[in-house]
Amino acid sequence: MTLSGTYVLRRVLIALPSLLGISVVLFTVLALAPGDPFGDIVSNPNIPAEVAANLRKKFGMDDPVMIRYFRWLLAMLQGDWGFSFASRINVDTLILQRLPTTLLVVGSSQVLALLIALPVGVYAATRPYSLFDQVANTLTFVGFSLPTFFTGLMLILVFSIQLDWLPFVYRADITSTGWHFYWDHFKQTIMPVMVLALFQAASWTRYVRSAALDVVKLDYVTTARSKGLKESVVVLKHVVRNAMIPVVTLVALQVPAIFGGAIVTEQIFRVPGIGSLLISAILANDTPVIMAVTFVFSCLVIFFNLLADILYAWLDPRIALS
Amino acid sequence: MTATLSPVSADAPLEAVRTKPISLARDIWRRFKRHRLALAGLVILLVIVVGVIIGPWLWTVPINEIDFGARLKPPSLKHPFGTDDLGQDLLARMLYGGRISMAVGLAAMLIAVVFGTIIGAIAGMSRGIVDTALMWLTDLFLSLPQLPLLLLIIYLFRDSLKKIVGPEVGVFVMVVIVIGGFRWMPVARLVRAQFLSLREKEFVEAARALGASRTRQVARHILPNALGPVIVAGTNDVAAAIIAESTLSFLGLGFPPDIPTWGRVLFDAKEYLDIAPYWALFPGMLIFLTVLSISYIGDGLRDALDPRRVLG
Repeated sequence: MTLSGTYVLRRVLIALPSLLGISVVLFTVLALAPGDPFGDIVSNPNIPAEVAANLRKKFGMDDPVMIRYFRWLLAMLQGDWGFSFASRINVDTLILQRLPTTLLVVGSSQVLALLIALPVGVYAATRPYSLFDQVANTLTFVGFSLPTFFTGLMLILVFSIQLDWLPFVYRADITSTGWHFYWDHFKQTIMPVMVLALFQAASWTRYVRSAALDVVKLDYVTTARSKGLKESVVVLKHVVRNAMIPVVTLVALQVPAIFGGAIVTEQIFRVPGIGSLLISAILANDTPVIMAVTFVFSCLVIFFNLLADILYAWLDPRIALS
Repeated sequence: MTATLSPVSADAPLEAVRTKPISLARDIWRRFKRHRLALAGLVILLVIVVGVIIGPWLWTVPINEIDFGARLKPPSLKHPFGTDDLGQDLLARMLYGGRISMAVGLAAMLIAVVFGTIIGAIAGMSRGIVDTALMWLTDLFLSLPQLPLLLLIIYLFRDSLKKIVGPEVGVFVMVVIVIGGFRWMPVARLVRAQFLSLREKEFVEAARALGASRTRQVARHILPNALGPVIVAGTNDVAAAIIAESTLSFLGLGFPPDIPTWGRVLFDAKEYLDIAPYWALFPGMLIFLTVLSISYIGDGLRDALDPRRVLG
């Protein structure tokens, strides 16, 4: 089965206004903020008043809001994201250094969450109200009631402090070579990934279970069974695929929360990603970096929503046709 | 004979019920009670809420009494939850901070529910461009990265708000507005969906035929029937707001150290995890228990408020 190019193009075109809307929200927040976001330079007492006024003029801070917005947007689109006050390098370089780590941690935790949620949810749905279902249900409630920052601290307490198995600080500069390099890297990634994966797996298991429970009762599943198909074929080919359709929508709604969890996790384990970059930039009053990281998070959310839309159409071809 | 008798005998208990009318609230409570875990959640939540409300009067140790002689003492009779690195009593701090955490949760939920209901109601009652525009706005807010924006807004507005209304009220107002302002979207969607189906129902049509104004149709007939899912969503919003507040405080960007909300205590405790694990365990467990109880209550309310739902 193929996915029509026009559908994908349409979704991309729908995503663009959202991105524009987000940029308006971001800029409005910045424009409404009291004081000068770049006040450090302009209101510095060592800089004479006329120099400050010239600087304001040069940065165009006295122009009308609309003009400032379009100039800012144009600069963002051209990759001119400004200069970090704290690290003394270009913001885009800084973010590109940090982004792969975030994507690695978030990505592997989502894969792990899916590997837990899919089998558990589907198995629970095929045996509703069984002991397995009840235990799984209780664990999902526990899972999404445990805040990520508390799970993180508990994992550190058990695996780093009590058992001393895993390091609790993520290091970018591992000195070991060969196999040891990968092994050390793997060891320090376990806990951040687990924290995010457990939290996501808990809510996804619930979605998968209720979606699969709706599908199992349908007539075509009974038909598939009465044709004499093997149970595994019935579940995998007939139940799971159709149960995934509502799950994809719910997962897409969770994307902002996933990145929120990533910020907390990176902060706990000191993972050098863009989440911990955001926190340190806020503590250092580094406005260009804060704006850029928030913008990157927005782009990531929009991108994954777009991906979900396309996945949605692949799972349910009727959507692309309507 | 037996055929005519059996319905009579089946009616007998019904007759007894009829003589004592059951109010709606009682009916909901009867269904809610059947959900054992929801009931347990309600009991635990009540214990925590009553504890933080009357606790500070019973446990009168000051929250900020610094005693370097009692630094990092594990739980004992004198300090049931132990002490922190300044020798401050953790039980007293936790009771006081619990009030703030709960208040933030409730206030943020109220903002989210009221705002979401208004937006959803307007979108549900008007057709065409207003509906489309409001739903686009809702979808836009749903795809905003909430935590980064929360942090950005707090970073930009913190200082000026502190100057206007003082540090404590300032942070409280801001945290509540910002958390509530990012949680109205699910409520708005729910209310709109309910309105779209309810406004076509016969009883609303009857009210319209009788000449009821639009306001009366909404206030008297549509809104009360749309509230069930809103109450469930509101319950879950309290839990989400408590987690959001704790997250901000845990990142060191919420409440200042002199307002020991549970998240803030965790933030202070995390550097001492190896020598004083109890310091992090108590606030963490309190957040977890509160959120878990509220989640189960929400689950129970969902069953109780929807009479069509078959209970297992």
